[in-house]
Amino acid sequence: MTGIDRKENFIRAVLLLAAFSAVSVLAVITVFIFAEGTPVMFRRGVGRFLFGLNWFPGEGRFGLLPMIVGSLEVTLGALIIGVPFALACAIILTEFSSPRLRNILKPVIELLAGIPSVVYGFIGVVVLVPFIRETFGGPGFSVLAASIVLGIMILPTVISISIDALQALPPSYREGALAMGATRWQTVRMVLLPSARSGIVASVILGMGRAVGETMAVIMIAGNAAAVPRTPLEPVRTLTSNIALEMSYASGEHREALFATGVILFVIIMVLNTLANVSSSRRARRKKG
Amino acid sequence: MTIGEGLSGGARRKLLAVLGCLSIVFVSGCSRSASSGGLTVAGSTSIQPFCDRWAEIYMKKNTSCVVNVQGGGSSAGIQAARSGAADIGMSSRPLKPEEKDLLEIEVARDGLAVIVHPRNPVESLTLEEIRAVFDGSVRNWSLLGGRRGAIHIVTREEGSGTRGAFQELVMKEARIYRGAIVQDSNGTVREIVAGDPNAVGYISLGLVDDSVKALRLNGVEATEETIENHEYPLVRPFLFVASDEPRGRARDFIDFILSPEGQEIIQREGLLPARKRGS
Repeated sequence: MTGIDRKENFIRAVLLLAAFSAVSVLAVITVFIFAEGTPVMFRRGVGRFLFGLNWFPGEGRFGLLPMIVGSLEVTLGALIIGVPFALACAIILTEFSSPRLRNILKPVIELLAGIPSVVYGFIGVVVLVPFIRETFGGPGFSVLAASIVLGIMILPTVISISIDALQALPPSYREGALAMGATRWQTVRMVLLPSARSGIVASVILGMGRAVGETMAVIMIAGNAAAVPRTPLEPVRTLTSNIALEMSYASGEHREALFATGVILFVIIMVLNTLANVSSSRRARRKKG
Repeated sequence: MTIGEGLSGGARRKLLAVLGCLSIVFVSGCSRSASSGGLTVAGSTSIQPFCDRWAEIYMKKNTSCVVNVQGGGSSAGIQAARSGAADIGMSSRPLKPEEKDLLEIEVARDGLAVIVHPRNPVESLTLEEIRAVFDGSVRNWSLLGGRRGAIHIVTREEGSGTRGAFQELVMKEARIYRGAIVQDSNGTVREIVAGDPNAVGYISLGLVDDSVKALRLNGVEATEETIENHEYPLVRPFLFVASDEPRGRARDFIDFILSPEGQEIIQREGLLPARKRGS
């Protein structure tokens, strides 16, 4: 074995170690969350955790339904608000704009992803919450406020992955449609969007994952009431804010219940990621065929 | 043979960078234990700003000692004192029976103020009215002599010392309305009440400022005097908790806090001095 080979092997070993340490960190976190969170769920009854309406940790009542509903509502709201804008933006940037404009706008959109979430939350508190309070009534801290801010926060994810999906389409699709006399809008609507569907769906699911997982901005603007909101103008608490809010004070069973919140969050995010992977692998398979 | 010999310059730099990153990981892993020379005080976020003041002045006088003040909440502070993670725990609620094995020292007292927006015409409520507002049975300001408008309740999160004290002093057995807005600090509660004409919340008396209005209780304003002669009942102790009799630096710091000088510092910040210890 030459010296170079030995060094190659050494470096390979170092890199392997680094790669495995990343994976093992994930494994350790998973095991830890489940080990801490599941015992209390089984002790108190999984059904009561998932479908209980009462979150009174001081009395040993840990119903997470308001938070599960809260997370889903806020996420759905974010998608309703964010996805149309994101798709419009992606279509404009790939199909209707000059390369120069695209080169300016795309980095700007990606910059949006780099803004810390606390800044979004702060702007939400200072601008959006008073606006909602004065315009629509209610306390302002609400499902609506959280949905709007999250809708803006998922824009970069959805836009950039949708752009990739649209740009990855073979140029012949576009050229063929145009050659057959379709207008550009018809091309987009009837050929490009349907062909890029799985990629766009994947981008939406990833945006969803971002919305479900967001914590800081949501704590600041959602109002955090542990009750199922009856209107979009009422305060709401998400799973992530439930953990972050009470973590610092919790002890004993309360603390375990927060880990159980983490378990549920974990499961939701795993499901979302799997959906995203399935839909993008389906796209890859179709392209090959 | 040295590592990286025979590699091209670029590959060698990359290898060094990887090793450098690894060594940073290892070094930062140990650096925490290096700072254990100081005194760690952790717990209630209500006491934290005042303890910061004490620590600041104490450290000016004793330049050799570093007092490290951390938040985390009353329950976490009590836990930290028990486990030894902190030398002293801070609790802004009385100890529960199962926590009574710890040593407690009252370092100050704090009033709780029920606050509303300055433009809210309501000036004074009874304890029963406050309870009815916070448990959600009275939902409109017009029922309390105010302008028509839904009451927006702002409360603290479960486990907070301020909430614990409010629960014990005002709510008793009743539950705080679960549709209430929950915030995780005195400051954000005050911020919300200052911005919303229909909001009501409760915070530490020491933190009331011009941006909000403290309600009178049965017509009694919260002042040092009314608290001292028990006319204003919403008072809670600020406690230092330790697993056993504090010695050395911890003793010295507590002695400073209980000295006339230490007590005067927090009185200037709006707190009440500790009651004299019996022992």
